[in-house]
Amino acid sequence: MPAIRVENLSKEYVLGGREIGRDSFREMVADSLLAPFRRLRRLAGDAAPEDRFLALKDISFEVRPGEALGIIGRNGAGKSTLLKILSRITPPTSGRAELSGRVSSLLEVGTGFHPELTGRENIFLNGAILGMSRAEIRRRFDEIIAFSEIEKFLDTPVKRYSSGMYVRLAFAVAAHLDPEILIVDEVLAVGDAQFQKKCLGKMEEAGREGRTILFVSHNLTAIRKLCTRAILLSQGELAADGAPKAVIAEYTGETEGVVLSRQWPNESDAPRNAGAVLRSVSVCDESGGPPDAVYTDKPFNVEIDFRVTRDGAAVGLNILFYDMENHCILASLNNHEPNWYGNPMREGDYRSICRIPKNIFNNGFYSLSIILFGKNFEDSAAEHGVLKLEIRDGPEVRGDYFGEYACSIRPSFEWITAESGEPHDDR
Amino acid sequence: MLDVRELWSYRELLWVLILRDIKVRYKQTVLGATWVILRPLLGTAVFTLVFGMLARIPSDGYPYAVFVYSALLPWHFFSGAVGSAGNSLVGSSGLVGKVYFPRLVIPAASVGSGIVDLAVSSLFLLALLPLFGVGWSVNLLAVPLLALAIVFLALGVGTLFSALIVSYRDFSAVLTFLLQIWMFATPVVYPSSLVPERWRFLLHLNPMAALVEGFRSAFLGRPFDVVGLSVSVALALIVFAAGVAYFGKVEGRFADII
Repeated sequence: MPAIRVENLSKEYVLGGREIGRDSFREMVADSLLAPFRRLRRLAGDAAPEDRFLALKDISFEVRPGEALGIIGRNGAGKSTLLKILSRITPPTSGRAELSGRVSSLLEVGTGFHPELTGRENIFLNGAILGMSRAEIRRRFDEIIAFSEIEKFLDTPVKRYSSGMYVRLAFAVAAHLDPEILIVDEVLAVGDAQFQKKCLGKMEEAGREGRTILFVSHNLTAIRKLCTRAILLSQGELAADGAPKAVIAEYTGETEGVVLSRQWPNESDAPRNAGAVLRSVSVCDESGGPPDAVYTDKPFNVEIDFRVTRDGAAVGLNILFYDMENHCILASLNNHEPNWYGNPMREGDYRSICRIPKNIFNNGFYSLSIILFGKNFEDSAAEHGVLKLEIRDGPEVRGDYFGEYACSIRPSFEWITAESGEPHDDR
Repeated sequence: MLDVRELWSYRELLWVLILRDIKVRYKQTVLGATWVILRPLLGTAVFTLVFGMLARIPSDGYPYAVFVYSALLPWHFFSGAVGSAGNSLVGSSGLVGKVYFPRLVIPAASVGSGIVDLAVSSLFLLALLPLFGVGWSVNLLAVPLLALAIVFLALGVGTLFSALIVSYRDFSAVLTFLLQIWMFATPVVYPSSLVPERWRFLLHLNPMAALVEGFRSAFLGRPFDVVGLSVSVALALIVFAAGVAYFGKVEGRFADII
């Protein structure tokens, strides 16, 4: 018996208020005359075809009780619309959504909070709006206060709270709902890192208690951590459904393809500083040729071609690798380069090769940024997202482990085990 | 049409929203809750001056002040409730777009918060009556029933307009205008006896006419116009049904167009 069943769900929206381009005066006059009637129909929710927009197209999926489903996709893919339909805020245009069990939706933090009322009064107001009975709120009152950390300000009007306090209080109330199905939309985007950790913790707890969770987020780490399954929405359609890591990979792969080489044939578009201009950046295998794939257990090179435009300029380079959650995993500066670093360079074309050893990266997608700078690290020009590469595990790497690695780097260290009392050596 | 069971399960939310409206109205005000009494009192004072003394409108032999106050009470309640209910949905667009609950709770809360004000000012009028030489009578027992009839009427008109205003914002201005005209079409500042016999039946088309006169009869101890009241109560229930039905029909679309 699924907790949530969605069958052929579609949602059509009416676009409002735009005047589409007109070709002739006659058309414009006719348009203006008919406009009030069109407007009347459009305002009432009934409109001509060119004013309609399909936010969701024939979506079907099921969620088992106790599953934590992550919903990812680009902005405008239909995620919030799907949640609104599941929360019964808006009806579908066609298809059905069935939910069994008490549903609590957190589509916004602090819904219904009134600035004139105190924290205490708002707890009861917000709790009631979210569907808690007065008795429930009173029972959980102390826990809510403890979670929100605002005891001192309980009887001050909420309009005097800082935005952090506001968000903490709002989430504290929502976190203590006891629904069978919890629907959460991107609410973790507000708040500092510590708060986000707390919220995720509470949601994990809900998951452990066997509640069904639907979680929409752009925070792919959170999705990976919390969810047992994920679906990808793309322009209103269900594009993927499965294990979070796989669906996330498809999402990040879909946003931009892998780019192993970037050229700037036209110098005016290229990143440059006063002394030099970049010509190309590429990922190559050890011998300098284009690789068919980049492996965690094989070294690879980053080759940078640049031209020195001013005689005597000094040129420095820095490359940075970012993972898909925009964490900078690694950076390498060429200030130990033996040939030219720190020396004035003659005008002309140069190639810098950065040799990256094997067994550093975890598998996954990475983007490369490059910074070009002049003498004393001044006059820098940065270009982000120059390359995008996928680093995969080679066939021998995994050994007998087939799970996921949650780490950022995955060097290969030496491990030796011996019985206690015996010396450790690798014989 | 009207899922009464669902509404009942959300009764706590209704109560919380009513409390919120009341609290917010008087927070950070100097006079606080005394405004509840002050408003009709000031209204009465102005009307007594303008209509009672300057215009010399007759008041069926009663002191003009209590004559008009006893009618202003139900009128203020009605127009206030309808006015705030009408704009309540648009005003709660945040809630409508983010949380599920039966949307009828929103205009109902606006009407509900008006009831408290009505109760307080009624008690005040009760205290005032002896000062003007008018004694309490058994007619006073009808007040809760009359109030209930007005509640239904206000809910009907209020929910109808709240649904209309979500789709067509200009109805907000229509409502304001309608309420202004309606007040003059209701014997608040003048007695029904002022209207010529021939045309008096027209007053019956206005459910508020008999209900307002009913309030007057209750406080001043006059006999009730039972025929008029029955017609008004029936009309009130019909308007209530129509308003709630229309609301239910368009409820689904609110979140999309609000």
